[in-house]
Amino acid sequence: MLEIANLEVVYNEVILVLRGLSIEVPEGDIVALLGANGAGKTTTVRAVSGLLDVHEGEATKGSITWKGKDITHAKPSEIVESGITQVMEGRRVFAELTVDENLATGGFTVQDKAKTAESYDRVMDLFPILAERRKQTAGYLSGGEQQMLAIGRALMSDPELLILDEPSLGLAPMLIEQIRDIIVDINKQGVSVLLIEQNAMMALSIAKHGYILETGKVVMDGEAQKLLGDEDVQEFYLGLHGEGGERKSFRDVKHYKRRKRWLS
Amino acid sequence: MNNFLLKLRQEPALMFLFGVMVPITVFLAMQLFNDPEIFFATLMRSLGMGSTYAIVALGFVLIFKATQTVNFAQGALAVSGALFLSFAVADDHIPLTTIDNPINSLPGPDWFHWGVSLVLAMVFAAILGLVIERLTIRPMVGQPLFSVAVITLGLEIALRVFNNDTVKVEFRNVKVPWGIDGFQVGKETINYSIIAAMVTAAIAFVAVFIFYRSRLGIAMRAVAFDQEAAMAQGINVGRVFAIAWAAGAVLAMIGGVFATQPPVKQSLAVDNETANIAFRALPAVILGGLDSATGALLGGLIVGAAEIFAGQYAAGETDILGAGYPVIVPYVVMMIGLLIRPYGLFGTPEIRRV
Repeated sequence: MLEIANLEVVYNEVILVLRGLSIEVPEGDIVALLGANGAGKTTTVRAVSGLLDVHEGEATKGSITWKGKDITHAKPSEIVESGITQVMEGRRVFAELTVDENLATGGFTVQDKAKTAESYDRVMDLFPILAERRKQTAGYLSGGEQQMLAIGRALMSDPELLILDEPSLGLAPMLIEQIRDIIVDINKQGVSVLLIEQNAMMALSIAKHGYILETGKVVMDGEAQKLLGDEDVQEFYLGLHGEGGERKSFRDVKHYKRRKRWLS
Repeated sequence: MNNFLLKLRQEPALMFLFGVMVPITVFLAMQLFNDPEIFFATLMRSLGMGSTYAIVALGFVLIFKATQTVNFAQGALAVSGALFLSFAVADDHIPLTTIDNPINSLPGPDWFHWGVSLVLAMVFAAILGLVIERLTIRPMVGQPLFSVAVITLGLEIALRVFNNDTVKVEFRNVKVPWGIDGFQVGKETINYSIIAAMVTAAIAFVAVFIFYRSRLGIAMRAVAFDQEAAMAQGINVGRVFAIAWAAGAVLAMIGGVFATQPPVKQSLAVDNETANIAFRALPAVILGGLDSATGALLGGLIVGAAEIFAGQYAAGETDILGAGYPVIVPYVVMMIGLLIRPYGLFGTPEIRRV
């Protein structure tokens, strides 16, 4: 479905952020994209949803293909209409608007009123808490509720591919679990999901396939379960060590032994 | 009470406000009992003035809300629109040609002709707004707001020069159907144009509040709040800008028409000075808060009332104040307002660059 091939993105015409990134999101799957700060995760999302312009970025090489169509340089509105919607990092709900109005902005590209009403009911089913707060100003919702609103808003355009950029950011562990279950539910309704996360445990536990990004390149990819078992992933992302999986004390870390490179 | 007095002493602006407002209120109450007819007529004129300011202010607010830019070209847009109306309604020929003005050959009474011309002028103003937005504002998206504001200032001058030298503005009548007539309240005359301004302002504001609840209106508010997030929802930001500019230009045109009518002016004709209505309405916009429609309405009414009441009741003091003093009253009111609430009465408390 979504295919990113050898994508290169340059900011301000000098800063090379993505250097030949290739990712694939098959229909109906959850794919996780992991990486540390500055690895290029958010840039990847911007490239897919056409928002590079806003940040003076440009895709200089490679291509993004969606359902066989090249969308590398498409406009954001065209991309949303074609069925890809993103939930932005940091929620970015319209704080001055009410919950209902926020959802209405999400359905902006849908002309058909019956379809909008259908999407609205679906969002209300998924997030009963939003139904209670329909007329409230979005800025007064809690962080978890705002994240739900952001996901709900994205679902209003009835997307085929939902891109979630760090949905766990700044949320309590219990809420992260709740969001994770919701993502699984949404996926079960037939929406493919590209999940961008720093919380590797959460992402890999629900994803089918995972990619690990470092300095603008995929350094490792494979089935999510396999990645979870991988020694490097465990050490670098999950803070676990060895077969036992017990927590590691930094006192025992011998620096010369720490590997600096990925073996893949 | 003690707390209140303490706060008063700490806030010179508040102290000033109370020091001035209390005597003014007492004075006005005395005038009301003294001569209710004059008071009523003044009140009506102040409402007419305030409505005119509010209409122009609303144009500023719509454009600012969507694009975060103060459009300094509102004045020139007002003149251009009113001029077009005047060409449509008062000329025998289409300008620069010998073709007969088609509106004159329409059946029906004069007010119908005027209505058709008004609709045409609104369409013309909207197109003018769209063209300006497309040519000069859209390429500047993402550039410093200061540059965009200066571009609108340049537009104002360019359009004014064009109107003055190429179109040759010389007291062109806009031929409003109600003319200079009015009805009598005792020995005071109240012009119909005052009623027209009030009705128009009411319609404009109801329309804007309904628009804010509509699909496009919600999109516009979303764009105003967070452009990038709005784009991520598939909202076409360029289209929102275009709509704001079209609506802003139409409101400027209507404001321009009322700027030729009492109580703003008695001439009933457009000339280059009509453009000043935008700068006279600027205190209303700033006092109300640049991004609030409610603020534009209230700011317009407050500023209009201050100007007219000062003009009526301080007229004996022209030796000290100077003959044209009512015109600066709005700026004084704005200054005091800003000292108390730096972001306007209803503005978003956030630093905005103008």
